[in-house]
Amino acid sequence: MNLKPMTVVYRKELRDLLRDRRTVRSMIVLPVVLMPLMLVGLGKVARAVDARARAEIPLVQIVGGTDSPGILARLQNDPKVRVEPATDDWRQLIADRKIRAAVEIPDHFEAGLKDGTGAKITIYEYEGELRSGFAAGELETFFRRLSFEVARQRLAARGLTPAMLQPFTTQRENVAPPAKVAGNRIGGFVPYFIVILCFTGAMYPAIDLTAGEKERGTMEPLLCCPLARTEIVLGKFFMILTSSLAAVVLACLSLAVCIRFGGFDNRAASLGLDHVDPFGAAGVLVLILPVAVLFSSIMLTLGLWARSFREAQSYLQPMMFLIIFPAIIGMMPGIELNTRLALVPILNVSLASREMLGGVWHWPELRLIFFSMIAYAATALAVAVRMFNRETVIFRT
Amino acid sequence: MISTHLLTKSFYDKQRGDIRAVDGVSLEVRPGQIYGLLGANGAGKTTVMRLLATLIRPSSGSATVGGKDVGREGAAVRAQVGFLAASTALYGRLTAREVITYFGELNGLKRAEVKIRLERLATELEMHDFLDRRCEGFSTGMKQKTSIARTLIHDPAVMIFDEPTLGLDVLSARAIVRFVQNCRALGKTVIYSTHMMHEAEKICDRIGIIHGGRLLAEGTLAELRQRTGELEVEEVFVKTISQKGTS
Repeated sequence: MNLKPMTVVYRKELRDLLRDRRTVRSMIVLPVVLMPLMLVGLGKVARAVDARARAEIPLVQIVGGTDSPGILARLQNDPKVRVEPATDDWRQLIADRKIRAAVEIPDHFEAGLKDGTGAKITIYEYEGELRSGFAAGELETFFRRLSFEVARQRLAARGLTPAMLQPFTTQRENVAPPAKVAGNRIGGFVPYFIVILCFTGAMYPAIDLTAGEKERGTMEPLLCCPLARTEIVLGKFFMILTSSLAAVVLACLSLAVCIRFGGFDNRAASLGLDHVDPFGAAGVLVLILPVAVLFSSIMLTLGLWARSFREAQSYLQPMMFLIIFPAIIGMMPGIELNTRLALVPILNVSLASREMLGGVWHWPELRLIFFSMIAYAATALAVAVRMFNRETVIFRT
Repeated sequence: MISTHLLTKSFYDKQRGDIRAVDGVSLEVRPGQIYGLLGANGAGKTTVMRLLATLIRPSSGSATVGGKDVGREGAAVRAQVGFLAASTALYGRLTAREVITYFGELNGLKRAEVKIRLERLATELEMHDFLDRRCEGFSTGMKQKTSIARTLIHDPAVMIFDEPTLGLDVLSARAIVRFVQNCRALGKTVIYSTHMMHEAEKICDRIGIIHGGRLLAEGTLAELRQRTGELEVEEVFVKTISQKGTS
C-alpha cells in the first residue's frame, strides 16, 4: 500500500466536500451553532422562562373556607398570590390555565385550629405546568408556615419552647471541587451531543463519497486508475473520519469560545461548563477517536452497499436511532460503568465520558473501553475495505 | 495490444441463477487498430470492457493488455489504459483543471508533468475558456472535452471506449468519433463497444459481433459481408446473430 495515492484521493475529497453545502452544514455549521445553542442558549432560554414564571403573582381560587375568615384574610394579604373567590368551574379554569391553582379549605378549619382537631388542606394544580406548580408551591408554603405557627402557639400555651419541634438542624455542603461538580452536571448530556455530532458529521460525506459517487458515474473512472482499491477506500475513509472529528472538535471549540467571549460567564457557571476538568475533556476526545473510526467505517460500508444517494440515506438515517439509544441510556442516572457495560459500544463511551468529566478515572474499565472500541472500529474498517474490493458491491445493480 | 483467450465472466443472480455475461471470448487488438465490439443491449459488451479495464475479474480464461495479465497485474494494466464511457461523469464541484490534475496524479504523474500535459491538451482541445470553471455548469461539449483530457492525461497506450456516444447529439458524437480515430492515428490500441451499426462501419478496422456473451463472428467488415452475403452492416449483424446466436 502506497501513501501518496491515498493522499491524492484524500485531498481531492476534501476539496470536493468543502464545496458541498450539505457537508459544510453537517461538518461545520451545525456543530459550531448547535452545541453552544443547546448547552448555553437553551439553558439561557429555560432560565428566562423560569424567571418570568417566578416573577408572576399567580391567581388562585379558594374553595370553601367561608367559616374561616381569619385564614381567608391572611391569604388575601399574602403578597405571593392573588386570591379570588371560587367559581363553580374552578377545575376547568385550572385546566384552561385561566387560574394557576386552587386551595380547598374544609369546613370549621379555623375553629379546628383553635380546639386542636386535625384538618386536611387540599391544593389543586395542573401537574407538569410550570406556573401552576409555582402557585401550588406558594400555597403550600403559606399553609406550612401557618401549621408551624399554630404548633408554636400550642407549645407556648403548654410552656414549651418552639425548639421542641426542631431538636436539631441539618445542612448540606459541597466538598467536591468545581470541576467534579461540573462534570457530574454535564457529564450525562455532553457525551450524548458529541456522539451525535460524531455521527452527523460523517453521514453526508460518507454517502457522497460512496453511493453519491456511484450514482453520479464518477466511480468507474476512479477504479480505472492504477492504484489499489484499498488505497482509494482508505483515502475516502480518512476524509469521512476527518469530517466526523471536525464536527466534534469544532463544536467543542465553538462552545469554549462562546463561554469565554460570549458573555455567558455567569449562566455557564451555573451549568458548570467553565469548570470542566481539561483532563476529563481530553479523555472524552481520546475515546471519541475510535467511535469516529467506527461510525466512519460503518457508514462507508453501508454507503458502498447502496446503489444511490437515497438508498444510502435510507440505511443511515435509521442508524441514528441505534446510536441515540445507548447514548440516552448513558445519560440515565443510576447506570454505572462496569466490565460488562464497558464492552457495549457507544454506551461504554457515554458512561466513561460521564465519569471522566466528573473526575473519576476507572483505569481498568477505561483501558477495556479504549481497546474494545479500537477492535470494533478496526473490524468495521476491515469490512469496509473488503466491501470496496468486492465487484458485486461496487457494481451492484 | 489487447489479447483475450476464452475470457469468461459469470454472475449469480437470485432470480436467474448463474449467468454467463461473457462466455469464452477470444479476440486480439493490435496497436493502431480500432476493434469494434458490436452488440445489442445486454450482449456483454460492457462486461468485456470492464474485464479489460480490470474493474472486474474474469471467472475463467485470460486476457492481457499491453502484455500485462488483467487478473494478476491489475495496476500495471490500468496504468496503460484510458477508459471512456457515456455513463462516466465528472466531479461537478471541481473545475476541469482540478479533475484532469486529479486523474494525472492518480496515474502517477508528478504535478509539474501534469501541468505541462494539461496545457498541451487544453490547447489541442480548445479548453482554455472553461478550464477553471466548475464542471457542474458545463455544456455537453465541455464535459466531453474534459472527459477526453482526463482519459488522455497519462498518455495511455490502450484506449477502451464503452459506448461513448450513447445519448449524445450528432455533433457531440462526431467529436468523439474524431477523437477515437485520432487515437488510431497516434498508434494506440483501441477497443470500442457500440450497438450503433453505422458507427462501427465508420470507424472500426475489425468488428466482433457479440451476443449472449459469446463472440459470434469477427473480422473486417468486408470479411463479415462476404461470410453473410449481406451488404448492409445491420443485415450482417442480424444474420450473424440469427444464424449463430441460436446454435
